[in-house]
Amino acid sequence: MHALAERIKREFPDGFVDAVEWRGDLAVTVRPSAVHAVAMFLRHDPEIDCDYMVHVSSVDWPDDEERFEVVWEVASIRKRHRIRLKTRVSEAECQVDSLTDVWYGANFMEREVYDMMGIRFRNHPDLRRILMPDDYTEGYPLRKDFPLQGKGWRDTFEFLNEKV
Amino acid sequence: MNDTEKTYRFEDQRDTIYKVNPEHPETATLPLQRTEELLLNMGPQHPSTHGVLKVILELEGERLVKSTPVLGFLHRGVEKLAEDGTYHQFIPHTDRLDYVCAMYNNFAYCRAVEKLMNITVPERAEYLRTIVAEVQRIIGHQFWLGTQALDIGAMTVFFYTFRDREILLDWFDELCGARLTTSWYRIGGVERDLTPSLISKLRAFLDYFPSKIDEYQVFLEKNRIWVARTKGVAVISAEDALSFGLSGPTLRGSGVDYDMRKHNGGYAAYPHCDFNVPVGKNGDTYDRYWIRVMELYESVKIIKQCLDQMQDGPIMADVPSVTLPPKDRVFTNLDSMIQQFKLFSQGFDAPPGEIYCGTEAHKGELGFYIVSTGGGKPYRMKIRSPSFIHMGAFDHMSRGYMIADAVTIFGTYDIVMGECDR
Repeated sequence: MHALAERIKREFPDGFVDAVEWRGDLAVTVRPSAVHAVAMFLRHDPEIDCDYMVHVSSVDWPDDEERFEVVWEVASIRKRHRIRLKTRVSEAECQVDSLTDVWYGANFMEREVYDMMGIRFRNHPDLRRILMPDDYTEGYPLRKDFPLQGKGWRDTFEFLNEKV
Repeated sequence: MNDTEKTYRFEDQRDTIYKVNPEHPETATLPLQRTEELLLNMGPQHPSTHGVLKVILELEGERLVKSTPVLGFLHRGVEKLAEDGTYHQFIPHTDRLDYVCAMYNNFAYCRAVEKLMNITVPERAEYLRTIVAEVQRIIGHQFWLGTQALDIGAMTVFFYTFRDREILLDWFDELCGARLTTSWYRIGGVERDLTPSLISKLRAFLDYFPSKIDEYQVFLEKNRIWVARTKGVAVISAEDALSFGLSGPTLRGSGVDYDMRKHNGGYAAYPHCDFNVPVGKNGDTYDRYWIRVMELYESVKIIKQCLDQMQDGPIMADVPSVTLPPKDRVFTNLDSMIQQFKLFSQGFDAPPGEIYCGTEAHKGELGFYIVSTGGGKPYRMKIRSPSFIHMGAFDHMSRGYMIADAVTIFGTYDIVMGECDR
């Protein structure tokens, strides 16, 4: 296992789920309850020192019980490494801790995740839609059950919807 | 409305604002100062917002107290579209992200897919990619320099940068048939090689260009108004810049030496080139300007070195299950045509897994996070666009500055809404 993953596992034996290293990227999955503590650890530990927020993302796995996967990717400019921190939440309990107080950049990026996937962030200072209109009520576009085609006048043409 | 009504309304209004006692009008003193904050909508149709960006500014006098960017006017659901197309089909979509610098988006995307597929690109293709990427960086910085100065009121430099940009756009036209939406990069290599005519034109441009950069600098640095409006404006500390995830010249302006072209060994042909990464000190708009101008000189250096070092060789990786066959074979050979057709309609079989690959575009770190579950289409593709992330720091960087500085701050990010909203 990667030394950083080893370190996180030692510090958070209860929160740690697993670590995967593939194509040079390290991804560490933790329990939702441990996300904030692990993030604080990554940010403030002098050996890990992840000061740079890369991106926040989410993946929808509709067949799994824990449907949504939230991904924070952080890097250390000084130590030159990158860690992908992941957690899984179910659709009923669709909420994780916000990391805005750890990295400022998480503010906009988590808002985008909320807008696109409908995952709520606890203690987020300004959790509103960001790319879609504020009054948009038709769901969350990047969920897998959101249709790829429109649902408007196009559907009234039968030849467009013929199954080949 | 008759005359008496008008008079009445006017008096009524004056009453509330100036607190005149109607019985003793002579006691009216100076108008009371109103102390509540003023909300001002800037955009989405403002010429200095570089597209359709709206910002709600909370003002106290002329000072910005808080600003709330309202994004999404150009949201086209590119990430959702990516889930429905094969990997090859997505390349033209990346052109439309940052439509000013399409080549770099193609580059970043192709690099991400190559990392997913574990493909090594042949050396000549790496050099070609580096040359064209640096030409694109020059175009991007010229565009930025012209428009940013224009926003602040220095109009002349705009004409000079756009004159020189035109030469390079014509060069792109000859290279791939398009000026802006280029789609020249391919997964595993590039679409076509440089011709001798293109190389001689590029060399001629490189000899001509450095004296023009000096000229741009004279126009701006001798302009006292422009200097006064950039020095000490929109200062951000290195620690805050990192925490916000700023990248590219916006981050280096604060003194952080972070350039993905050099970081962790670099990529493409950059490790073979000798170039400097300019780093600022004060983290203000002027330093970010200085970095971009210095990068123009560095780009010229990189392209010259690449042209000198480049050897003959293949321009596409030889992985027939993933990379496209050469175009001339597609038109003459049945197998190649079938291969091309299958690669575009069904795609190649990507291994399950997830990767993130960042590339140093001229705005900052442009990254693609791809989740694959096997098969020809990405399961999820997240685009880390520098413009969007830079807008997250807008409120922090604009607080306390004048309302006219808001325009400078849009300019200093080099914001393009196609990339910001995706």
